Amino acid sequence: MAMGEIVKDTREGRQSIVGKSMATRDAYGETLLELGKKRDNIVVLDADLSGSTKTGKFAKAFPDRFYNIGIAEQDMIGTASGLALSGKIPFASTFAVFETGRAWEQIRQTVCYSNLNVKLIASHGGITVGEDGASHQSTEDIALMRVLPNMTVIVPSDGYETMQVINAIADFYGPVYVRLGRAKVPAVMPAEYEFKIGKAYPFHIGRDANIVAMGIMVSIAIEAARILNDSGIDAGVINMSTVKPLDTGTLLNAARSCRLIVTAEEHSIIGGLGSAVSEFLSENFLVQVRRIGIKDSFGCSGKPEELLKLYGLTADDIVETVKEALKK
Amino acid sequence: MDKRDTAFLKQQAKRVRIEILKMLTEAGSGHTGGSLSAADVVTALYFYKMRHRPDVPNWRERDRFILSKGHAAPLLYVVLALTGYFDTLLLKTLRKIGSPLQGHPCSKTLPGVEISTGSLGQGLSVSNGIAIGLKIDNLNSRVYCLLGDGETQEGQVWEAAMTAAHYKLDNVCAIIDLNGLQIDGPVSKVKAIEPVASKWSAFGWNVIDIDGHDMEAILNAFDEAETVKGRPSVILAHTVKGKGVSFFEGKVEYHGIAPTRDELEMALKELDGNG
Repeated sequence: MAMGEIVKDTREGRQSIVGKSMATRDAYGETLLELGKKRDNIVVLDADLSGSTKTGKFAKAFPDRFYNIGIAEQDMIGTASGLALSGKIPFASTFAVFETGRAWEQIRQTVCYSNLNVKLIASHGGITVGEDGASHQSTEDIALMRVLPNMTVIVPSDGYETMQVINAIADFYGPVYVRLGRAKVPAVMPAEYEFKIGKAYPFHIGRDANIVAMGIMVSIAIEAARILNDSGIDAGVINMSTVKPLDTGTLLNAARSCRLIVTAEEHSIIGGLGSAVSEFLSENFLVQVRRIGIKDSFGCSGKPEELLKLYGLTADDIVETVKEALKK
Repeated sequence: MDKRDTAFLKQQAKRVRIEILKMLTEAGSGHTGGSLSAADVVTALYFYKMRHRPDVPNWRERDRFILSKGHAAPLLYVVLALTGYFDTLLLKTLRKIGSPLQGHPCSKTLPGVEISTGSLGQGLSVSNGIAIGLKIDNLNSRVYCLLGDGETQEGQVWEAAMTAAHYKLDNVCAIIDLNGLQIDGPVSKVKAIEPVASKWSAFGWNVIDIDGHDMEAILNAFDEAETVKGRPSVILAHTVKGKGVSFFEGKVEYHGIAPTRDELEMALKELDGNG
């Protein structure tokens, strides 16, 4: 299984990030700063959380292209839309729960209906937000964004992939939602990896089971697959970083190769990656499916690792689910 | 379109009202009252104040018009058609299946519509974003944004009001169509918005209070707004809902109802008769 390791990479800007364990929001902050240096049509908006979303780096370097809209997410989305209409590429950031929840209808009416080139980059996705608790933990954002026509939804797995995602969407026309995390995550993507919107990355296709994961769950799925392989179960892992449009080709190929598909997401099992995968497979290829995710409940305060355990999102949880399902 | 001719503009406003009534009757549904109340202000913009090129809808240096009160779509469609953005024959297709003239404006289907609206409270934020973009590009184009009075009950309007003042967006000019009525009744009864002038003033805006049917006053207001630097301007246009047709005027029922054939006939007689 190819894992991220520190490899010399001469491609511009990549050396500092490839193979590095870091929070995806930190990778965003660094990449945005680099993008700002290269392209003067990039503008950034935030809703009083620039220190946490890491847009603050861009703000410091390019104060004339940074707009703090204050604690007003709906207005931020509208202002970003206006900037897109005047030919800029706006990156609008805040916490995932406020970006997608508070301003959902603004995203629907103004951004998606008019198909504007607005990039919604949210930090603090999922429960690993930690101690702040349920009010600040976004466990519904993927469902909320996935349902919108014209929207592309991406959840990078590590810092290196985040860097590539941010660069890729700057060259892509249309609304994009990118979900980032607060907590540090291990590097998983190999140096030769090239992110493409709508293209999943299979680390390995298993003959018994394949785990389709997004975001921080990719590294946890890799750990689970290792444990499973050690006990004689051939389990693969697919990084489905683009949740919409779903890479149905890779998914179908994996489903045909094995007896069980498990989805793993730091999100409600309703409406997110598990739903997207199930929707496709139920109409195209019948295979057992199990969904790992938050089981229709709110989060709570705690340390990220405690929360992952409490909500059943550890490698052991995946291992147990796979073993149980394969018994049938 | 820089003709400061009040008599000409009044004539155009009458034409606009006639076309609105015809298209609404043809459609069988739509928002009559709020299209007629804002007809003078929007006519003044498209036939006098705004720099725009109907043959090049995306002309970079154009002034922008954002219809935040998207239900006044018939008014926008008529001024776009009469100034040459598309054939007036299209007006007959309003609200019909396959028509680019959607029930509420859709920028993807119709040239001249800057942004899709209809869900209230969002246009001023978009106007601010455009205005910031224009400033970044050193363009002196202006952004006009028409809001309903009931619409200012939306919290986002006040978020945007703060943003425009904070970023000193003197290239933004909002117009509030103060016709006093919303779907459920008088604005003062549903949820009062007064004192309107001091609210906007307190939010850092230059406030211009006018009779929204007095063409001379409208032109003066737009000209004055353009001279104010360092802060955005808002024109409080006091209007009558359904203006121009006696039996629609001030009637809350005609917020969202189209004229019948008989009503259209009577209305056209009135409009033709009074000047």
